[in-house]
Amino acid sequence: MSHSLTREQQLELYYYMQLNRQLEERMVRLFRQNKIVGGLYSSLGQEAISVGSAYALEPRDWLAPMIRNIGALLVKGFKPRDIFTQHMAKYTSPTLGKDGTSHFGDLKVRHTVSPISMLGDLIPVMTGVAMAGRYLGQNIVTLTWIGDGGSSTGAFHEGLNFAAAQRAPFVLILENNQWAYSTPVSRQVPLKHLADRARAYGIASKSVDGNDVLAVYGATKHAVDECRAGNGPVMIEAKTMRMKGHAQHDPADYVPKEMFDYWKARDPIVLYEKYLTEHKVWDAKKKSEIDARIERELDEEQKFAEESPSPPPELAEQGVYCEGCHAIEPKWQRPKEEVMPPKASVSAEWRVHHFGGLDGEIPGAKEVAAEGNGAKAAAPGAKAEKAGTKAAAKTDDGKDSAPRVPFGRGPKDKAFARERRDKRGRR
Amino acid sequence: MAAITMLEAIRQALFEEMDRDPTVVALGEDIGVYGGAFKVTEGLLAKFGPERVIDAPISETAIVGAACGMSYLGLRPVAEMQFIDFIACCFNQVTNFLAKSHYRWGAPVPVVLRGPSGGGVHGGPFHSANPEMYFVHTPGLKVVYPSTAYDAKGLLKSAIRDNNPVLFFEHKFLYRRIKEEIPAGDYSVPIGKAAIRREGRDLTILSYAAMAHTAAEAAGQLEKEGIDAEVVDLRTLLPLDRDTILNSVKKTNKLLIVHEDTRTGGIAGEIAAIVCEGAFEDLDGPIVRVTALDTPVPYAPPLEQRFLPDVERVVAAARELAKY
Repeated sequence: MSHSLTREQQLELYYYMQLNRQLEERMVRLFRQNKIVGGLYSSLGQEAISVGSAYALEPRDWLAPMIRNIGALLVKGFKPRDIFTQHMAKYTSPTLGKDGTSHFGDLKVRHTVSPISMLGDLIPVMTGVAMAGRYLGQNIVTLTWIGDGGSSTGAFHEGLNFAAAQRAPFVLILENNQWAYSTPVSRQVPLKHLADRARAYGIASKSVDGNDVLAVYGATKHAVDECRAGNGPVMIEAKTMRMKGHAQHDPADYVPKEMFDYWKARDPIVLYEKYLTEHKVWDAKKKSEIDARIERELDEEQKFAEESPSPPPELAEQGVYCEGCHAIEPKWQRPKEEVMPPKASVSAEWRVHHFGGLDGEIPGAKEVAAEGNGAKAAAPGAKAEKAGTKAAAKTDDGKDSAPRVPFGRGPKDKAFARERRDKRGRR
Repeated sequence: MAAITMLEAIRQALFEEMDRDPTVVALGEDIGVYGGAFKVTEGLLAKFGPERVIDAPISETAIVGAACGMSYLGLRPVAEMQFIDFIACCFNQVTNFLAKSHYRWGAPVPVVLRGPSGGGVHGGPFHSANPEMYFVHTPGLKVVYPSTAYDAKGLLKSAIRDNNPVLFFEHKFLYRRIKEEIPAGDYSVPIGKAAIRREGRDLTILSYAAMAHTAAEAAGQLEKEGIDAEVVDLRTLLPLDRDTILNSVKKTNKLLIVHEDTRTGGIAGEIAAIVCEGAFEDLDGPIVRVTALDTPVPYAPPLEQRFLPDVERVVAAARELAKY
């Protein structure tokens, strides 16, 4: 896998993956000690996806984790204590104990949106974040994940279609871990590669080995670059395996043992350790240094979490509404005048590039186009004509010669009505 | 100044807010070039351009989800449901994503979801609904349902400026049927405040939206019979203006609640409970409800007429209540 990562960055990928795994192993122990309040969902075997994809983002970019994307939160700058305290429902957690697991975020610094348990809903939400970022001139990219299971929800399809129609700078990582709770992919989707889902929306997609952190990083980096260049959205299917049950309570008896064996031989951390050794990125000493650092950090972070208090009961009543507690101030990175009249004003009409027949060409396109752009359609005046060109440039990539179809009852359409009257008169 | 319709008042609020604040954007189905199914957004695209007036695919979940995402970056999106009935398609986004966002993780969601609601226009089971109570039952949302042009404009401005998700119901029967002169320039009407439309001594008729007009008309008839009814227009359903409700009941000692929503689980039940908790000693008679039937909204005119409360039924109920 070719990449342009420095040695330090390659080691950092290992650090985050191992931190992800060790953190979760500690949480399994805490779960068995009844110190985890709710369910515990493992990302064992999927660390390369969370870490590799989040690592391709810049600090200004936005992500939204799913339940198994602990590694992405660590890459984005959250601390292990945030994960521990969330699971242990502590007052010191990012949500003060109001929600658990990976359900937290940060609008200000780490640009992270909190997920909800219903699957697929983050896709339209992150599409909206991407659209707003473009509107404000921030040149950001947004990214979220969805499972093989979640890719069958209505929100997935509505969201991805809207993102595609808007050409939103949005990357979707479809984490195909083979199982939606107890149901295998083959019983959910009649597709071999879930990347093919994207074809329905006319957007770029590919499948990668989700257990190869460099492959995930490389594919995501490419997708992020494409989105930033205005060629989004992009979907990546990362093939992997959920190495535990749906959550701690689930022994996953329904998974054939041979399937676990197959994927165990492809453990993303073991594979990457081998890569780092073979490419002489590190030696045994460096590895034990990093491992020791992780142990040390987790000791501290876990101690902090375990010693943290539970929230006071009266907190339950607070914070349903924003009552002046938040100042909402968007970060404009373009002149506001661009989105205000008169600059923003356009001629409200569609340009139609295709009449929808089976033959790709517009029948009589030339005449209609000439009429559409000719004297009659220009009736609203030169100013409106100019504005119309601008609107088309923004909303459409088609040719300027496409006919326009005026609609509605605005001032521009008076001209259309006049035109229609004239036509009738002529007959 | 010329009188304007409620529809025009809503349109003015959108124009003025978008002109005042570049963070206000609009999205929905057919709202741009076409100007909206009811022409509420007519002219918005021409003035503010396609970046701020976004024609969306028929994807209510995507529209509301995207609006939520936009609000996280500080925009104030106004999303239109072509008919408010279709909000059922994005129930999850509204009740789980938007409503819980601030409580769960401190992320405010300054989004307005607006759309035409209500019956009386022969729209049938899917274009006439009053689904407000699904959302009144959802902490984190605000629910506004105006009955006048003045209130519609002022409340929509408040909704857009609010830091919370606000559902703004526009009764389509009233869109073009009522007209009034409204002041020029900027004004707003606070969310969460009811209005006393008519002072009275004998009993209180509490209502909102189109039924506020039915209640007022009924009060006019009752006056001829010597019954002096007070008419209260709730205007906001969440949060409810408990003080105005309780004060009116304490004054008249009798309460009749009229709503176009179906009976079971309608807001009349909640108000009855509030009055029992806060003004039980003041009641001289039972709390009475006149509501729509517990059925879907039927299509045929005689069926819909039977379904909806009307002036006669309100007058009859008030007459009985006044006897206590």
